[in-house]
Amino acid sequence: MTTLPEVPGVPVGAPPLAVDADEAPVRGLWRQGVSVFCENRLALVGLGLFILLAGVCFLGPLVYHTDQVHTDLAAVHLGPGEQGHPLGTDGVGYDQLGRLMLGGQTSIVVGLAAGILATFLGTLWGAVAGFAGGWVDSAMMRVVDAMMSIPSLFLFMLLAAIVTPSVPMLILIIGAFAWLGPARLVRGEALSLRSREYIQAMRAMGGTGGRAVRRHIVPNAIGTVIVNATFQVADAILYVAYLSFLGLGVPPPAANWGGMLSDGLADTYSGHWWLLYPPGIAIILIVLAFNFMGDGLRDAFEVRLRRR
Amino acid sequence: MSAPIEFTVRHDEAARDAGENEPLLRLRNLHTDIALRRGTVHALDDVNLEVRPGETLGIVGESGSGKTMTALSVMGLLPSGGSVVGGQILFEGRDLRSLPTDEVRRIRGVRMGMVFQDPLTSLNPTMRIGTQVAEPLRVHEGAGKAQARERAIEILRRVGMPRPDRIVDNYPHELSGGMRQRVAIAMALICSPRLLIADEPTTALDVTTQRQILELLDDLREEFGMAVILVTHDLGVIAGRADRVAVMYAGRVVETAATAELFRSPRHRYTEALMEALPEMAVREPGVPERLYSIPGLPPDLSRPPAGCRFAPRCRFGTDECRTTEVTLSTGGHQHACLHPVALTTAAPAARTAPVSAPAVDASGPAPEPILSVRGLVKDYEATTGGLLRRTTGRVSAVAGVSFEVRPGETFGLVGESGCGKSTVGRLVVGLEQPTDGQIVLDGTDIARLPRRERRRMHRQVQLMFQDSYAAMNPRMRVDAILSEPLEIQQVGDTAARRARIGTLLDQVGLSRRVLERYPHEFSGGQLQRIGLARSLALQPRLIVGDEPVSALDVSIQAQVLNLMRDLQRELGLAYVFISHDLSVVDYMADRIGVMYLGKLVEVGPAYDVVRSARHPYTQALLDAVPSATPDLAAPRESVTIRGELPSALNPPTGCRFRTRCPLAQEICETEPPLAGAAHQVACHFPLRQEGGAEA
Repeated sequence: MTTLPEVPGVPVGAPPLAVDADEAPVRGLWRQGVSVFCENRLALVGLGLFILLAGVCFLGPLVYHTDQVHTDLAAVHLGPGEQGHPLGTDGVGYDQLGRLMLGGQTSIVVGLAAGILATFLGTLWGAVAGFAGGWVDSAMMRVVDAMMSIPSLFLFMLLAAIVTPSVPMLILIIGAFAWLGPARLVRGEALSLRSREYIQAMRAMGGTGGRAVRRHIVPNAIGTVIVNATFQVADAILYVAYLSFLGLGVPPPAANWGGMLSDGLADTYSGHWWLLYPPGIAIILIVLAFNFMGDGLRDAFEVRLRRR
Repeated sequence: MSAPIEFTVRHDEAARDAGENEPLLRLRNLHTDIALRRGTVHALDDVNLEVRPGETLGIVGESGSGKTMTALSVMGLLPSGGSVVGGQILFEGRDLRSLPTDEVRRIRGVRMGMVFQDPLTSLNPTMRIGTQVAEPLRVHEGAGKAQARERAIEILRRVGMPRPDRIVDNYPHELSGGMRQRVAIAMALICSPRLLIADEPTTALDVTTQRQILELLDDLREEFGMAVILVTHDLGVIAGRADRVAVMYAGRVVETAATAELFRSPRHRYTEALMEALPEMAVREPGVPERLYSIPGLPPDLSRPPAGCRFAPRCRFGTDECRTTEVTLSTGGHQHACLHPVALTTAAPAARTAPVSAPAVDASGPAPEPILSVRGLVKDYEATTGGLLRRTTGRVSAVAGVSFEVRPGETFGLVGESGCGKSTVGRLVVGLEQPTDGQIVLDGTDIARLPRRERRRMHRQVQLMFQDSYAAMNPRMRVDAILSEPLEIQQVGDTAARRARIGTLLDQVGLSRRVLERYPHEFSGGQLQRIGLARSLALQPRLIVGDEPVSALDVSIQAQVLNLMRDLQRELGLAYVFISHDLSVVDYMADRIGVMYLGKLVEVGPAYDVVRSARHPYTQALLDAVPSATPDLAAPRESVTIRGELPSALNPPTGCRFRTRCPLAQEICETEPPLAGAAHQVACHFPLRQEGGAEA
């Protein structure tokens, strides 16, 4: 590290300069962002919905005790309200409301974790490829194309045959395939961002490519990334359902909304609607909640909307 | 001084015509509002204007003054949320605001025509030229296809398009900027309008093209006998072309007068200040820099316009009375809305002193070692086919053997039209591009050959300043992060030292500490340019390359930035490479000027000599094309004019690259002329003057 030449009147290493007399307190970045987020009504609705659903799933079982381990074949397919089961029971006698809470835990945890993992990987990959350009970009994006061209179903089955499904494994497997979408998206964004003049200005100061990606490309692609992340979370929740449907999800007695939905499908024609609608509605609500929040977050990250 | 008299005669004629003819267009107490999400902008406030048949009215003003809004109000093309809320628009005696919509649409479509600033975006890229030009005919006159095509060819011929019968079948992207603007004009004229509104018709064009287009507008006005409203920010464009001028400020007309009279003796203090802020008005002896007058502050926010005279807060002569009383336009031929107008002068304006002799060469010892010396710089871009396996199909010769030197504390101006390679030279010097060949010697080391790591350290010595500072700043970074970025990259000092350095920088460019917590979008253009300059200075460079640093700014703000750049140069001993297309700005700023044409330097010399006794025909043509705000200089001159278009750099002419457009070209010009001369060099076989100013 080199030192700065002496500046007249301002000794090096002096304490931060005295603040201007006219300096009014400026609201912190964080608080400004929060206030922009709060201006978006739908975002608040989304946030409320998410807190509600997560609260019910994670705190509900503390109040509402059910047995989700032992099957009770004496109480299968009970309708809502019968024998103290507010939402009835399923084909093996589990309490549907309790199961919804338990399944929600898996779905929310896997969805969030896998969505974030996929977004993180994809953003990094896409930003580097788009910024580097040339043959690096070509090579990196061909990898993405190649992976996209293989049906994910085939890969999932292959992987599930190799590893035993568990929650962390599900997160890894879904994350490992879902990053392709965000990678393409961010690469497109980075391609247009790298020709911006502020990147050139940084290079004229002697800045490196790594800095450009870290400080300039990723932060400016964040709007796209955040909105996409909410879709990723929603997708991941559906992926879990998908895998469970194939019998590759978390093994019973663990549950998830997607699995419950696919089980409920079998009961479509037997009139057991309480096995179909509650998990379906729960999935729709959580996906909506994430999409609304995504909108609000994008606005909150958009500095141009900030006012003082 | 015969020119001003001629102007007076023209003015008298115009006045006589006015007695006979009713005004073609009359705006009476026009009010236009634009409703935004937060509040309403009162874009026009009580605008009164008149245009007589066959007359050119110039509307001049800075951005946000309402000049474009006036034009758009007349044409009914206001942006969304905009509406005319009061007053009358009388066209041929009928108020457009009270007529039925269909009729107004016909009047606007047939009797009026409009030409926009950017010919690239005002033409539909998917429509053939002929179809596009004839569209108004088909809409308003129901002309058939064949007839429309015939009329399109005819009108294209009249706007000076070469081979109009072939051009009708072309698409806009196949034409150059000047040609596209001719198409836009043809489109506006096809229904033979009585009034043509040209909104900054030449702002996006090069000076030599600008001259051609303005001359065309003049000719067409006479030929069609129509009136023209010329809206522009450029006083020079107005001075040469308009019969009368209206000066606008903050949504109001502050002064109207006959052109010659206005430029000879402006009455309103704003007009006066605007003219003093022009770089070309800084009458300058060689080596004696004079500060430009700069108007302090910013134009008012028109959603909450101030009471009284709107210019009062920025006016040198503003009094309390100005800030409280509404000032209306005075009556008579020369109207102004000022309580303390400039005294009437009858004297001719102080014209630029003609060069008597070459200035004495600086005799203060031997010249210091150059800080930057560029030798034989070449940059070719390979034109390739797309795809993974790129095949080279040709070479674009952007820079072809450019050599110059910059000494410490000196400003070297690089002038040329778009596509001449001046920006590429700038990018090569700061290391954003790798030269194909040649040397860039900075302080004795050839930086083009340095390994990457060392070149990164070299960046401390040379910094770049951008035309559009907003685009050159990450919109997500606050000003403190923007200013500390160069220090972080070069690992200078610790956090406290960086903070201290940023404080000093802000003091140097005259900004308060408050700006640190703000984002780039919260600043005006002039403030952003100051922040950009502060960032360039952060590493204490010895050389700053400014790529059109003031081209996007209004005249009054431009003067502030130019003054600041000069002050800092004097304080810090900086050297500048000042790249601009604007000769008057370069003339004001630079000690020495290099003129570029198609990748080559055609003339290099002391600024005073190059501008006042040019030796290369291209330089002379460029100088003649620059519209001057001094009417007697703006009057038609016998001069070198160049016609035609810039040849493609993909296949540049052999020998002297200017020879295809040069009026003096002969056979020998097919061999390349060397850059010859001592202090004032020129690359021409037939220079206009000997070194020292004597006519050749």
